[in-house]
Amino acid sequence: MTRLQLRYLAHARSGDKGNTANVGLIALEPGYYPILVREVTRARVARHFKGMVSAVERFELPNLNALNFLLHDALDGGGTISLKTDAQGKVYSTALLRMEIPVPAALARRLRPARAR
Amino acid sequence: MVRIAAGQGFWGDWPEAPVRQVRGGPIDYLMMDYLAEVTMSIMQKQKSRDPRAGYARDFVPLMERILPDLVERGIKVTSNAGGVNPRGCAEAVLEAARRRGLQGRVKVGLVSGDDILGRLDELIGRGHPLNDMETGRPLSDIRDQVLSANAYLGMAPIVEALRGGADVVVTGRVTDTGLTLGPIFHEFGWSPEDWDKVAAGTVAGHIIECGAQASGGNLLRGWRAVKGMANPGFPIVEAAADGSFIVTKHPGTGGVVSVPSVTEQLVYEMGDPRSYITPDGIADFTTIRLRQAGRDRVRVSGIRGGPRTPLLKVSIAYFYGYKAVGTLVYAWPEAYDKARAADKVLRQRLADLGLGFEQILTEFVGVDATHGRLSGPPHPDIPEVQLRIGVRAREREPVERFTREIAPLVLTGPPSVTGFAGGRPAVEEVVAYWPALIDRREIEPGVRVEILEA
Repeated sequence: MTRLQLRYLAHARSGDKGNTANVGLIALEPGYYPILVREVTRARVARHFKGMVSAVERFELPNLNALNFLLHDALDGGGTISLKTDAQGKVYSTALLRMEIPVPAALARRLRPARAR
Repeated sequence: MVRIAAGQGFWGDWPEAPVRQVRGGPIDYLMMDYLAEVTMSIMQKQKSRDPRAGYARDFVPLMERILPDLVERGIKVTSNAGGVNPRGCAEAVLEAARRRGLQGRVKVGLVSGDDILGRLDELIGRGHPLNDMETGRPLSDIRDQVLSANAYLGMAPIVEALRGGADVVVTGRVTDTGLTLGPIFHEFGWSPEDWDKVAAGTVAGHIIECGAQASGGNLLRGWRAVKGMANPGFPIVEAAADGSFIVTKHPGTGGVVSVPSVTEQLVYEMGDPRSYITPDGIADFTTIRLRQAGRDRVRVSGIRGGPRTPLLKVSIAYFYGYKAVGTLVYAWPEAYDKARAADKVLRQRLADLGLGFEQILTEFVGVDATHGRLSGPPHPDIPEVQLRIGVRAREREPVERFTREIAPLVLTGPPSVTGFAGGRPAVEEVVAYWPALIDRREIEPGVRVEILEA
């Protein structure tokens, strides 16, 4: 096993609901979805965003090969109150794609060169 | 089959989009969503200064531009452009129709009854605390600061207006999805208690309510391959009588409609996917099936739903305080260290002045503004860093004073600083959002649909 950034396995979009950001994490290939389900756990995402959010919820959408994460208290008050550049949580999506998860070394070797393409 | 085209994803979206939707190919309905969470309060403020204002003003010149096309092609419009003054908006559209010589040829459906600002004390008095859905606080805590209060209405009044022969339906706070559900239910004559059909129409509405965000705009997956975005095709739903639908766009337009583009929009602003709640019903997003059915065509089917709840959401906006954001740019070498030193100096000055802020937030654009500590330390040779510092207070005075402390840093702080040509930052009023719930029986009897003729 080796560690691979989620950007090679998934794409994502995020938005807001009050002071909560959501990140929809979508597998780039259906075959990657079980890896996401297994490795991108609620607890790991909470650790990834430690100090930036208060709590994390996770929901599964196997029909879309997607996971949905709710990141509570992620927006510094949210909406119009927040002073953040990203007051609406638009780029929490790619912040999650920075996360590294363990994957088989062969898969990582196959996907990493995508960076150069 | 009924075709519903998205014309605006928010108030301020691309002005050409609705025109190209109408002229670029066959559609039956043009759906235009103008209302975000705090838009109503902005409109309320405009209305308090001018009783004829309080709606999305740009909707009227747009209608004036495209009404002859709409009439000629038999295209109808559903829009919540009416904001807090749907009557004023409807009358302005009628005047626009007359200016285009369309007397007797345009009917406007006016939906009202969502505005409960004048009923708040009565409702609180009768035992509706209108607690904040996020914090649980009762509305009485901020009652004096309330600027607008509107219940989210669903598709019912839109269906009624279309049944009454309306060509343009103008509403206040109707849900984004209701603007799409209304035409579909009207055309197919479905029962509003066919919950799977409600869920299907809700998903269709959710997919197109943000305009081009479903058809290549803001698409992360393969973004370099998305072509023609100078002329993006906004999404169109082709709804079928069995509840399934196709998402597509006009031929010859840019962007892309693909399973990834639709999926990214589906997860946007999602909560619990099994329970997407609207006034019309509950959609289960875990039942959605997507299939590429041709170039720029995605078939959506299989959607299941459940009954609507006895509650309606209420959107309340209230005055919160003031904020301002100032920026300065620091150049190589040691750009980040200079920006950090400037932040330290500024914070010391603010502290020495004894100004009371609720919050001071510093971001270093180029280093940590979007992803915080996850970005790691910046490159030691980073060419420039923007210092972005924001403050918020309940009173105006400290924020006003803060705006005079940015420019002086240019001559009294760390070197290699530029980017202050804009002068003092503006003091902004903060209007905050208070989402609440109310028994729908308090609202629905007061909803009115009128058909007005040009």
